[in-house]
Amino acid sequence: MLQIIKLTVNGKPCEIAVDRRWSLAEALRQALGLTSVKKGCEVGECGACTVLVDGKAVDSCLYLALWAEGKSVVTVEGLKSGDNDLHPIQKAFIEECAVQCGFCTPGLIMSAVEIVGEGRVYSRDELRKLLSGHLCRCTGYENILNAVERAVREING
Amino acid sequence: MAYPDIIGKSVPRVDARDKVTGAAKYTADLCPANALVARVLHSTVAHGLVRAVDISEAEKVPGVEKIVTCFDVPDIGFPTAGHPWSTEISHQDIGDRRLLNRHVRYIGDDVAAVVAVDEVAAARALRLIRVEYEELPAYTDVSSALAPDALPLHEEVSDSNIVKQHIYEAGDLDAVRSRADLRHFRHTYRTQPAQHCHIESATSFAWMEGGKICVVCSTQIPHIMRRVIGQALGLPWGSIRVIKPYIGGGFGNKQDVLYEPLNAYLSYIMGGACVRLEISREEVFTSTRQRHAEELDYQAWVDDKGRLMGRDVLVLAQNGAYASHGHAICANSSTVLRDIYNDELATRTEAKTVYTNTGTAGAMRGYGIPQACFAAECMMDDIALELGMDPIEIRKLNMMRPGFVDPGTGIACNSYGLADCIEKGRELSRWDEKRARYAKPQSGNIRRGIGMGIFTYKTGVYPISLETASARLVLNEDGTAQLQLGATEIGQGGDTVFCQMAAAASGLDFERIHIVSFQDTDTAPFDTGAYASRQTYVTGKAIKKCGELFRQKLTERAAARFHRPAEELTVAGDRIADRSGATVVTLADLAEDAFYALDGSEHITAEVTSHCTDNTFAFGCCFAEVEVDLALGRVKVLDLINVHDSGTLINPALAAAQVEGGMSMGLGYALSEEMLYNGEGRLLNGTLLDYKLPTALDVPDLKAEFVVTDDPTGPFGNKALGEPPAIPVAPAIRNAVLQATGVAFNELPLEPKRLVAAFSERGLI
Ligand code: FES
Ligand code: FES
Repeated sequence: MLQIIKLTVNGKPCEIAVDRRWSLAEALRQALGLTSVKKGCEVGECGACTVLVDGKAVDSCLYLALWAEGKSVVTVEGLKSGDNDLHPIQKAFIEECAVQCGFCTPGLIMSAVEIVGEGRVYSRDELRKLLSGHLCRCTGYENILNAVERAVREING
Repeated sequence: MAYPDIIGKSVPRVDARDKVTGAAKYTADLCPANALVARVLHSTVAHGLVRAVDISEAEKVPGVEKIVTCFDVPDIGFPTAGHPWSTEISHQDIGDRRLLNRHVRYIGDDVAAVVAVDEVAAARALRLIRVEYEELPAYTDVSSALAPDALPLHEEVSDSNIVKQHIYEAGDLDAVRSRADLRHFRHTYRTQPAQHCHIESATSFAWMEGGKICVVCSTQIPHIMRRVIGQALGLPWGSIRVIKPYIGGGFGNKQDVLYEPLNAYLSYIMGGACVRLEISREEVFTSTRQRHAEELDYQAWVDDKGRLMGRDVLVLAQNGAYASHGHAICANSSTVLRDIYNDELATRTEAKTVYTNTGTAGAMRGYGIPQACFAAECMMDDIALELGMDPIEIRKLNMMRPGFVDPGTGIACNSYGLADCIEKGRELSRWDEKRARYAKPQSGNIRRGIGMGIFTYKTGVYPISLETASARLVLNEDGTAQLQLGATEIGQGGDTVFCQMAAAASGLDFERIHIVSFQDTDTAPFDTGAYASRQTYVTGKAIKKCGELFRQKLTERAAARFHRPAEELTVAGDRIADRSGATVVTLADLAEDAFYALDGSEHITAEVTSHCTDNTFAFGCCFAEVEVDLALGRVKVLDLINVHDSGTLINPALAAAQVEGGMSMGLGYALSEEMLYNGEGRLLNGTLLDYKLPTALDVPDLKAEFVVTDDPTGPFGNKALGEPPAIPVAPAIRNAVLQATGVAFNELPLEPKRLVAAFSERGLI
């Protein structure tokens, strides 16, 4: 049942053997050890497994590993720059106290990367909508919104 | 009191960097890839006896290694509550659980388990297991379970379905009842079953090594977990080793032992092979724990000034199929009623916890207080409305005052910020102005109102249970130190404030303290874990004592090496200084010498136990401004403010973050969250899509505020913080809706269907 797929993960081309039934979340966790990809429901309800596929945020639990053939996938492990500096969004999450248990955090950060990548500034209400696919039970979203708002402002403002 | 500067400083979380980079490891991240996979077969009937389990087809599925049924597991009853163990038999938790059950008591109960090489094989096998049940009558609500002819769910515990009940009486209530000059109020308030919804499921894996069963699991209570696994398997407690990595939220669900004993057992019978048991989100909903649905039949007698003369409250808690925390939560609901408000003449509370054929209720953030507080705060506004009083004034007349001592528990009000919290909330919410504005007659489809609610919350469990915590500081060769605790980081920020406290007490720089975040019961000092908002208070006392001892050991070493009197020396960040502030030796040099001196090496460590015999009340309030769309039955929260007295704040930014999270949980409880069961006891909305916890779109900007007090019993003036924020939000919103619409909703949640029905009944739409 294993099949080889070629894709780019966090900037590095790789070839991995995946079970045809695997979701991308399973492939990233099991074949590549990228455990930042969290599983909170495995049916597309919580957003914890969000990664970027060719720049778009997707629920990797709902995305077959095979579909990632030839695509470029980014997880939070891939956000650090060469000198190990954190991405501005990661810094904003720390500084705004947007992290509590941390289980929703990697997924939210990946959605924030997508949002910031649009190159524009958003209102708080727009951000609420854009982040509404992520469930967080710890923060009430207040500091997450503050963090994303700050990152958007710093990068695109 | 003046505390060292690190107390009250909003340092960033010590675990934040690892959590934003993906370096932080949670249970599932640590499981070996080749672990066997276990899945559980759940009961499809709400109440019955398993007559037979046919596994013959399931066993043929390729990849299936083992199937165990309720007929195979040891017949040992064990408790699951995350309570400290009691050495007195009469105070021990009810042991009504089995690893798998022949007598199934709810839809979702555990009948059999499959161990297979992968998920697919396990899932296929589950589908092929045939179970034959002899069905028994199912009691899916409290009243049917209490019917005189109802069969007891747990004969060995009780000959009725009452898990436990108790009555508290003070004063002559009959005299109050008979007074014609008093106004009598009677309402029934109902709260719904709700769930924690930690985003990480309940998950574990287990293997055997060195003659021990090792269990890595997502838990708030590693040491209690070890004990319960030992009890469940009939093995010595020391032969179990529990490891707790980072956890993706708990909120009380993981203050219970869930599937970890079954996981340990499955590894045990597989000869110690590594077995993973990760339940699905749907199983988390049906088969873990939930917040008790409670019904409070609430009577109050007041004089014409609004003074409570007497109350008589019956609290009924729906406990579901197993005891879990037993009567403790319902008892807590009833106790708080006499704490938060005081009756001039008489108080009576009666509390009953009832088994039903539904999912098991257990601990959830607030431990019975959100339910009681909803009723108490609704009643206050209902009385205020009748008497034409301001809700704040009637509360001030009746609420707890400084110097209060609970007559049953002896817990005293040692520090008091309640009145100031209310005043602060009043100002921030512009209460007087808005309350007056919205009191004017409103017409049209959109109505506005403002409401509030208050609460009190204890800090830890003394004297109801043991309170104990231990801490260890271990010097490194470079003059930094490890802090080791049995207390757990569960997302609340515990590790960060523990480091702040250790720095304050030892004199070391904050940056020099490294917390060992993971607990391994083989090496972590004993602590009962994260619950009852106890850790900054109870564990904090242990850290303080430990830090002081560590400081003393460091100065003694310096004194001996440099021939100076120890009492002249102290630890000052990165060095030992004398009274003039001059450096005697750096900690790095002192440590190197301590480890490697040829004329006397010493590994400097400090380890203490703090046996806590204190408790204290935290306070707070919520102010909510709402806009109600009558036709849509929709409540939009325009403004939400919580003001808390949690004593001294160790880390104000983290404290505010904790409050915001609690407020959103309270908001969901108020407006949308409810576990819906049908008449057969089947959960209808057990997914994160159908169970409506708030998303970023549902939450307004949250305002978390504090009144800082200095509690003399807290290690650094601090008291409970973690759970309280979830408590006052629902009644504040309900009371705001009452002002906006004139309709008193006595049942949660305030969801559109309920609202539209009530508004049409009253001719508002
Ligand atoms: S795990 Fe993918 S959305 Fe929840
Ligand atoms: S930080 Fe815990 S779920 Fe978001």
